[in-house]
Amino acid sequence: MPEEADRNTGSNHTAATSVSPNLALLAAWLVPGAGHLLLGKWIRAALLAISIIGMFAIGITLSGKVYTFNTGEPLDMLGFVGDLGAGLLYFLARMLGWGQAPVLVTVAEYGTKFIVVAGLLNIVAAVDAHSLASGRKPS
Amino acid sequence: MSLSHFSAVLLFSLFTSVVFGITQRAEPNKMIRFGALCFAIFIVGTVAASWAMSLIKP
Repeated sequence: MPEEADRNTGSNHTAATSVSPNLALLAAWLVPGAGHLLLGKWIRAALLAISIIGMFAIGITLSGKVYTFNTGEPLDMLGFVGDLGAGLLYFLARMLGWGQAPVLVTVAEYGTKFIVVAGLLNIVAAVDAHSLASGRKPS
Repeated sequence: MSLSHFSAVLLFSLFTSVVFGITQRAEPNKMIRFGALCFAIFIVGTVAASWAMSLIKP
């Protein structure tokens, strides 16, 4: 019946994997690439991990700012949400005090953006892992 | 660590294009093509925007 429903709606659902979609989502959020690794797609997992961890690391070494939770500036709140997307990388940075120094050099602005975008890309990758696990994305 | 503006653009475009390619397409060939397209658009768009800003500078 689901296949017939798919045919009628024109969607392209395939069989779900044995990995729970929510587990894939959570793993992918916590560790970049882990969701795809759980699904056996290790090349994609490696490329995602290198890209996302690389962006985050470059952002930190450029003295970028790591946002903390706040309810004041709306742009800072958005920055916090973006940073939080990096999962354990964000908590590691907070624990080790990375990105807390005041921004003094021009490239630090780039660093801040690298860190936020790394988090946002990790969210995209986590949703992709969820779609693969649920069968919504064919392969 | 210090990066020039252009090397920062190259790295940003490369990493972002890899993630876009993997997540937005389902087949490996299409992933590579879409990633390459994203990379080219990032670079060309940045250079074009830089020239546009340079030209409208008072």
